[in-house]
Amino acid sequence: MDNIIEVLELTKRFGDFAAVDNISFTVKPGEIFAFLGPNGAGKSTTIKMLTTLLASTSGSVRLNGYNPVNSPGLVRRSFGIVFQDPSLDDELTAWENMEFHGVLYGVEKKLRRRRIEELMNFVELWDRRKSLVKQFSGGMKRRLEIARGLLHHPKVMFLDEPTLGLDPQTRNSMWTYLQKLNKEEGVTVFFTTHYMEEAAKIAQRIAIIDHGRIIAIGKLEELLGETQTTSLEEAFLKLTGSTIRDEEAGAADQMRMRHQVWRGRR
Amino acid sequence: MSTIYIMWLRELKRYWRSKSRIVGSLGQPLLFLLALGYGMGSVFQRAGEGNYINFLAPGIVGMSIIFTAVFSGVQVIWDRQFGFLKETMVAPVSRFNIMIGRTLGGATIATLQGVVVFLLALIPGFRPYNWALMLPAVLVMFLVAVLFTALGTAIASVLSDMQGFQLIMNFLVMPLFFLSGALFPLSGLPAALSLVTKFDPLSYGIDALRELLLNQGVFGLGLDTSVLAVVTLIFLAAGSYLFSKIQI
Repeated sequence: MDNIIEVLELTKRFGDFAAVDNISFTVKPGEIFAFLGPNGAGKSTTIKMLTTLLASTSGSVRLNGYNPVNSPGLVRRSFGIVFQDPSLDDELTAWENMEFHGVLYGVEKKLRRRRIEELMNFVELWDRRKSLVKQFSGGMKRRLEIARGLLHHPKVMFLDEPTLGLDPQTRNSMWTYLQKLNKEEGVTVFFTTHYMEEAAKIAQRIAIIDHGRIIAIGKLEELLGETQTTSLEEAFLKLTGSTIRDEEAGAADQMRMRHQVWRGRR
Repeated sequence: MSTIYIMWLRELKRYWRSKSRIVGSLGQPLLFLLALGYGMGSVFQRAGEGNYINFLAPGIVGMSIIFTAVFSGVQVIWDRQFGFLKETMVAPVSRFNIMIGRTLGGATIATLQGVVVFLLALIPGFRPYNWALMLPAVLVMFLVAVLFTALGTAIASVLSDMQGFQLIMNFLVMPLFFLSGALFPLSGLPAALSLVTKFDPLSYGIDALRELLLNQGVFGLGLDTSVLAVVTLIFLAAGSYLFSKIQI
């Protein structure tokens, strides 16, 4: 297989508003791929379409060679995900959340128990395994979600702003672990973040999306070359930039807000 | 199979841990039983219908089951709001199994709740006429519980926020309860009301319970259980279809 993720002319419309507008890109197996963009650019919507949570309006997706529309089960088996918003069960303990995930993903019991201990030690929550998740702080929940997403050793790991609200220590150890997993097991990592230095340091390839369109894609040096800048932050600002965009953003934001009001949280 | 089990287990654990929910959901049926039971008892007696507490108890058992069951089904909305639904929606297991596990979990809780209300009803003097029929009575409770949990799940699958919950309670659960004959005998009703009660699945559940516990049903046990079984299957099918179509 050449590409583990293949996206071709993917579009998602909510009414007349195109949240994702005709995007195409590919990710190679074992790559660490950063998907950047301002708030509301279409990052999460794209991830939802890649992970079978949302049907696309048009275009096609292949993940690990499978089509999310025709074979959602095979696609779901291929990836792990850490969502932007929490997705833990607050009324269960940390350990139960892990166990629940392991059972759903069919990880065999002995292996499951071993990995749960290993991963919970890694995120330093093993001592708190018997606490209900609702007693956890935001950062602890994040760490638990990361541990949970890795439990079934997926082929592709999606991380939607995984380091939001994490302290530098946790952020560092998380990326160290993910890079190790990437190197040793060839796990493809697909992540979004607002920390440009993080993307510059970790990602092998970077895509920048704005207003639902991919406006730049390539290695860090290529993006810097194209934009004549010296850091990813500058390149990002230049690409998603200030003047022209502000006028358009007004209309788009209004549209999005109206959409959210009418459709709730979908 | 393990999916169904783990979803079922989750529902039970959550229920067992929220002691306030258990106590709260017992308070209302108890209030109905005592206030109406003693308040209307003498009128009921004078009308020649016998002991009202006895008559009322199966209705109140049915009430606690429908409330708990629909509430459990509607948990889907909560899970959507708190994000946990996504975790189950991206898991590589069939959504049908997830829905069945959730429904059986909710139905188990609702049945337990029904049994507890039944036991509480013994205190003011309710007695089943034949204790041996307790087991089939519990099976009927479970059937009613599955029916309404599936209904709750089906509705919650198409609602995206909590505002819908009040709507369900006011325009669905309350009418279903009040029109089910839980509080009054189904015989001798005005024609219009009598017709309406026949379209309420809870009527058949409570009628079956009265049949088994008091030997005073109206429709007959065969009709009761067939209607319940058919409607349960329809709701399960609708619920699992709508649940499988959820997008986030």
